[in-house]
Amino acid sequence: MNAPLIGARIERKEDYRFLTGAGQYTDDVTLPNQSHAVFVRSPHAHAKIKSIKLDRAKKAPGVLAIYTGEDLSKLGGLPCGWLITDVNGQPMKEPPHPSLAQGKVRYVGDQVAIVIAETEDQARDAAELVEVDYEVLPAVVDGSKARAKGAPQLHDIAPDNTCYVWALGDKAACDAAFAKAAHVTKLEFINNRLIPNAMEPRVANGSYSRADDAYTLYVASQNPHVERLLMTAFVMGLPEHKVRVVAGDVGGGFGSKIYLYAEDVAVTWASRQLGRPVKWTSDRSEAFMSDAHGRDHHTVAELAMDKDGRFLGMRVKTTANVGAYLSTFASCVPTILYATLLAGQYKTPVIHCEVTAVFTNTVPVDAYRGAGRPEATYVVERLVETAAREMKLDPAEIRRRNFITEFPYQTPVALQYDIGNYNATLEAAQKLADVAGFAARKKASQAKGRLRGLGYAAYIEACGIAPSAVAGSLGARAGLFEAGEVRVHPTGSVTVFTGSHSHGQGHETTFAQVVADRLGMPIENVDIVHGDTSKVLFGMGTYGSRSIAVGGTAIVKALDKIVAKGKKIAAHLLEAAEADIEYDRGEFRVKGTDKKKMFGEVAFAAYVPHNYPHDKLEPGLNENAFYDPSNFTFPAGTYVCEVEVDPETGKVTVEKFSAVDDFGKIINPMIVEGQVHGGVTQGIGQAMLEGCRYSDDGQLMTGSYMDYCLPRADDVPSYQVDTRETPCTHNPLGVKGCGEAGAIGAPAAFINALTDALGVKDIPMPATPQVVWNALQKKN
Amino acid sequence: MAVKISMKVNGKAVTAEVEDRTLLVTFIREHLRLTGTHVGCDTAQCGACTVDMDGRAVKSCAFLAMQAEGASITTIEGVAKPDGTLHPMQAAFKENHGLQCGFCTPGMVMNAIDFARGNPNPTEQQIREALDGNLCRCTGYHNIVKSIAAGAKAMAAGK
Ligand code: FES
Ligand code: FES
Repeated sequence: MNAPLIGARIERKEDYRFLTGAGQYTDDVTLPNQSHAVFVRSPHAHAKIKSIKLDRAKKAPGVLAIYTGEDLSKLGGLPCGWLITDVNGQPMKEPPHPSLAQGKVRYVGDQVAIVIAETEDQARDAAELVEVDYEVLPAVVDGSKARAKGAPQLHDIAPDNTCYVWALGDKAACDAAFAKAAHVTKLEFINNRLIPNAMEPRVANGSYSRADDAYTLYVASQNPHVERLLMTAFVMGLPEHKVRVVAGDVGGGFGSKIYLYAEDVAVTWASRQLGRPVKWTSDRSEAFMSDAHGRDHHTVAELAMDKDGRFLGMRVKTTANVGAYLSTFASCVPTILYATLLAGQYKTPVIHCEVTAVFTNTVPVDAYRGAGRPEATYVVERLVETAAREMKLDPAEIRRRNFITEFPYQTPVALQYDIGNYNATLEAAQKLADVAGFAARKKASQAKGRLRGLGYAAYIEACGIAPSAVAGSLGARAGLFEAGEVRVHPTGSVTVFTGSHSHGQGHETTFAQVVADRLGMPIENVDIVHGDTSKVLFGMGTYGSRSIAVGGTAIVKALDKIVAKGKKIAAHLLEAAEADIEYDRGEFRVKGTDKKKMFGEVAFAAYVPHNYPHDKLEPGLNENAFYDPSNFTFPAGTYVCEVEVDPETGKVTVEKFSAVDDFGKIINPMIVEGQVHGGVTQGIGQAMLEGCRYSDDGQLMTGSYMDYCLPRADDVPSYQVDTRETPCTHNPLGVKGCGEAGAIGAPAAFINALTDALGVKDIPMPATPQVVWNALQKKN
Repeated sequence: MAVKISMKVNGKAVTAEVEDRTLLVTFIREHLRLTGTHVGCDTAQCGACTVDMDGRAVKSCAFLAMQAEGASITTIEGVAKPDGTLHPMQAAFKENHGLQCGFCTPGMVMNAIDFARGNPNPTEQQIREALDGNLCRCTGYHNIVKSIAAGAKAMAAGK
């Protein structure tokens, strides 16, 4: 009846509304009797609050209420969702993380008070009148200085500002491998702190209904159910059925909208005090200083090899700056999502990694696109490329020599890769990038007085987080399954409810393709609903490239149940044995005959059950499924970056960027390519442009688009992207996930290309013109 | 201080009383409830708020509402035909997957339409430079550039 929908470039169902201005983002929701909130934030990185005077502010026009930490002192702190156990078997240090500061502020931007007024302007004016008397304390912002003797202490319960020291791998075996190495490559670098910058700033609009004694929170979130769970169970002590969380259209997330934030709690709580809905819309300046940041590692990494460049062992020591408090998933990012990926695509037999997480007077750091895996890929791929150069081996050849080629493969850092073909993606990337023609292009650049370089990154990531039992054994405090519901309507059209969440990924299209393909119906007959806890049965949300692999599979499981029930109904209608019914492209048929019932007829019979097997079956055609994956998925690929440098100015141009990814089966190649383009651009952004800076006393120096350089259209090229396919072995769609790959692979590919061009061993990120120019001066 | 303003928005005459400090974007979003125009920054750098004012793409966060007195404004809601048919530039964004989360999209489309009027057959470089005032965090610009090239052609062909 229809061409296959899986693998088709289908235009997106959601685009019409976005293109005509009909999207409903959280700030577009204005409730009857709406009031507006503005937060008073700390201007100091570290200070005691001596007093807060509210009299003048309270008298300002339009002001409805002002609340401070004292008012919220009965609420629980913002919880951290992952318990890391340190090398001594002790739990990590979890300092209280209040929604409004309790006596002390610990970073510039820390929330001190919420001011609520009739209009946003009035709230802003009144916020200016709040007088906070601070006793300023010395601050520490640099993670590598946080444990130094005499460093300012942030939390009483975390001596030396240490959250945990954690390790993975066999240290003795690793040291032994290094002892017999023919060559060791060593690098020390910083994985720069980034500010996520989804284009839609965060918004939260809380409202309380006295009539139902229930709350509704409209919030720009990537996972409304998790937000509800954390807020009700841990912070506010409310029963979940009394709280509805709605995250409608969300304008990008990249990790920054996973977490339960203080503002969400404050507006929800305040809406009950006031009996009015309270809306807070972050402005961009606020976003810079209050959205969770990403990365910020200081790492020393070593790779041991035999004389042929075969890897013998890897040793990594990282200090991860988690900021002033533990954000929702802060603790697992530099550990579980980082150290476990250090095998990369290689057969390195022993690996040891030690991670020290420290508190500093900076914005809390959490998952940002890639979350731990970009950091791991950067370690591995910078080491490998540098090792190739030091050993005078071709960078592709050293990779080939060490690639894992047999699957399943158990790494020395806990993961078991189910499948992959790393030679295939490497080879395809070399072709796509025309590596063979590089020498000629380099010559042409030289003739113009320019330097040209080429670099690889062969990344791997673990996606589809996660088998709940495994995650639980590693410290996760929540399950990591996904839920889906397929509701077939009486005349056969379908609404699907998913616990995954789209904030740009295009679930309404991709998931509809899966459903329409499996059921054999036109895609127009399928709608996908997400982002509302009152509609969707449950959900763990979208992050870690998990939507299609986990959320998609939950839907497939529900579809299987629909078809199974449909067969029973069809068997009754066709007076045949259930075992003889087969389902194919919209038709239930009796095998080997031309007797059949259309999907719509079966659905109708389920809802108008006049002729129906009532003794065996309930009416209706609606099924739920929860899917807990049995393993992670392992997308992998090779990126080749080619840059040209103007030595006069230090300006770097990305001349070519070629990406070949293995995402397993692909549902919509157009959407997948878009994910790669976006991810690669964020990766190039990290490597070339973006870097969060604090002054020594903790002032945020990069707090606007004037100081924090987000990639613009003329900073990046058009990309060449292609895929190779080894279907995932443990989910029915064979899918792996594609959302983060670009951001994971691109920084290492870029820096490998740039160091090749400059002929230097290393260069820090972001490699701005100034950094590049200085490196050239130093070299000459 | 309250001021009275009147202008044309998407072909309709509007009159309102607003505070003098009200930004044009706030007027459009909050008073007229045309929420397709977005706010992505507070330093006039992201372009999410771009609208057409008297035939020119402008950032509506960089104007006071009263500066638009007497002007004719088109927002993203006024771009498609009344029967819902997409403008060729909107259609090009859809066909070329020039949007993901959609937040930057209205501004991108408004800017692109203005640009394409003067550049019916633009090069990639021209398009990238023209996007200097519009940030997108999702698409990496690749497909936006493609969309604008296609949209400009379609506009020139009078589609
Ligand atoms: S909101 Fe106008 S340029 Fe950003
Ligand atoms: S599509 Fe999300 S910011 Fe451009």
